[in-house]
Amino acid sequence: MSAETTAAPLERRTRRRQRARWVAPYTFLLPAGILFIAFLAIPMVYALYLSFRGLRVTGDGPFGIQEETWVGLSNYVATFTDPEFLAGFGRLAIYGVIAVPVTLGLALTFALLLDLPRVRGARFARTAIFIPYAVPGVVASLLWGFLYLPSTSPANWLLGQLGLPELVVLEGGILFGSVANIAIWSGVGFNMIIIYTSLRGIPGDVYEAARIDGASEWDIAYRIKIPLVGPALVLTGLFALIGTLQVYGEPTTLRPMTNAISQTWVPLMKIYRDAFVRDDLSLAAASSVVLALGTLVLSVLLLRITQKRTFGES
Amino acid sequence: MATTTVSPATRPLPTATGRPGAPAHPRRIVPTLVLLIGALYCLVPVAWVVIASTKSNSELFTTFTFAPGSGLWDNLRDLFSYGGGQFAQWALNSLIFAGFGSVACTLISTMAGFALAKYTFPGRQIVFYAILGGVLLPGITLAIPQYLLMSEIGLAGTYWSVLLPSLISPFGIYLARVYAGAAVPSETMEAARIDGAGDARVFTAIALPMLVPGMVTIFLLQFVSIWNNFLLPFIMLSDERMYPLTVGLYTLLSKGSGTPSLYSLAIIGAAVAIIPLVVMMLVLQRYWRLDLISGGLKG
Repeated sequence: MSAETTAAPLERRTRRRQRARWVAPYTFLLPAGILFIAFLAIPMVYALYLSFRGLRVTGDGPFGIQEETWVGLSNYVATFTDPEFLAGFGRLAIYGVIAVPVTLGLALTFALLLDLPRVRGARFARTAIFIPYAVPGVVASLLWGFLYLPSTSPANWLLGQLGLPELVVLEGGILFGSVANIAIWSGVGFNMIIIYTSLRGIPGDVYEAARIDGASEWDIAYRIKIPLVGPALVLTGLFALIGTLQVYGEPTTLRPMTNAISQTWVPLMKIYRDAFVRDDLSLAAASSVVLALGTLVLSVLLLRITQKRTFGES
Repeated sequence: MATTTVSPATRPLPTATGRPGAPAHPRRIVPTLVLLIGALYCLVPVAWVVIASTKSNSELFTTFTFAPGSGLWDNLRDLFSYGGGQFAQWALNSLIFAGFGSVACTLISTMAGFALAKYTFPGRQIVFYAILGGVLLPGITLAIPQYLLMSEIGLAGTYWSVLLPSLISPFGIYLARVYAGAAVPSETMEAARIDGAGDARVFTAIALPMLVPGMVTIFLLQFVSIWNNFLLPFIMLSDERMYPLTVGLYTLLSKGSGTPSLYSLAIIGAAVAIIPLVVMMLVLQRYWRLDLISGGLKG
């Protein structure tokens, strides 16, 4: 564009430009802002509001009417004193203690192996391990469910041929491992790729000096690579933690296959039951708030403990 | 022994092994072995569902797990005729939710991320922290209040009730901000402004082309997450004909718990449901820029 303008219009245009410059970022943020307020902020506030309300019988005599009123903290008291909800958190903890470290450990191991020079089959393995990411959690549970089911399990078919007793994996203590295994299977590939791309970003000459000094690949991995991918590990750990607290689909899908998974096996399942089976929306809202705040607190703690400014500050 | 696989290495391989007399290409058996075991572990369930989908119901419970059966065509026919062609409808719904949702979400996230990365304006910090809070907040816990609000405005049970909440992705905005900060030079924007381009034009003509790789990544992440979402459609929808694949297959399986005849339907359904997504991932693998995710981190 040519700037063939006299002074007055130029001035006007500059002024308009400056106003536009001030408005522009808000315009770009507008769609995201509206959606954020409508589907994240308002539901959160609404859940908070609901969590302080409840049905109470008002009026005298045997014919009192149920009315929704302000009930203060009683839903929260009910949430924290509900043995089933607390037991759900206990089961979640066992599941998480298995799923999170194993997922991250395997992801880190595979990423470091892929990053070694001259490893055969690395490309094939990278693709194969990443594939489960494309499988929905519900479908993954369905697949593993059939592999676990005594009547269709390949392990049991073999055992049966050898005349050995069947392996039962959807009951007792091993159930936690079986459910966690689905999350591990689904999560390893994605986390591996994040750590691997982070490794790829390290300039090669960092290792050169170490190699010349006679350091083994093991030393390099342990002393150089793992510390350098720290931020990626923190981030994957954070997502694994958030994912753990949201477990719902996997145990729900496995329920038809076993009697060991109750309707309230993990906190989110209980919240769903309270809201949609028992119509106790206030209690479900209070439990949702507790779960969301718990996730937030744990995430912030994790970021604090690792002392990394994981999210780049603007 | 020379390797024949093309390694995707981006950095030059070291030529010196550091030990004189050592072979130039020592064969690494252990890493390959470990990686192959990992690959096997990840492929077995997929291989199983593909094989099991060829079995008739009786074969499913009698023949060896990894022996193909004779019922593939019958299973496919049963699947697509189930409930008057419901399965195809579910697949279409998934495609609509994930397709429209992820395209719109990518545009919305890119605009927001661009504004956060490239402008200083009052309230920027607040917006940024709100987005971080959104990243850390489990979206699923909001599904129930979202449902109640949707009921209030009469949208529960419609396509919109699933589509609209999936348009906002705090993580997508975060990634877009990281990428815009790295990929769009302020000098180029300034030069375009001096040439008289307005903000809208700077965005569409200068920034968008530079942001394409990041946008593809956001699109793929969001597509997979909407496609795989279960709880939101499960809560929002009551009409079976509106279900996406995940909810449809789940209802099929829960009905099937009493009738094993529905097992083979659920299995063939699962096989048909994952194949398109796996193919898409393999085809688009080159376009994943996941270094974005860790690239935004400060070590």
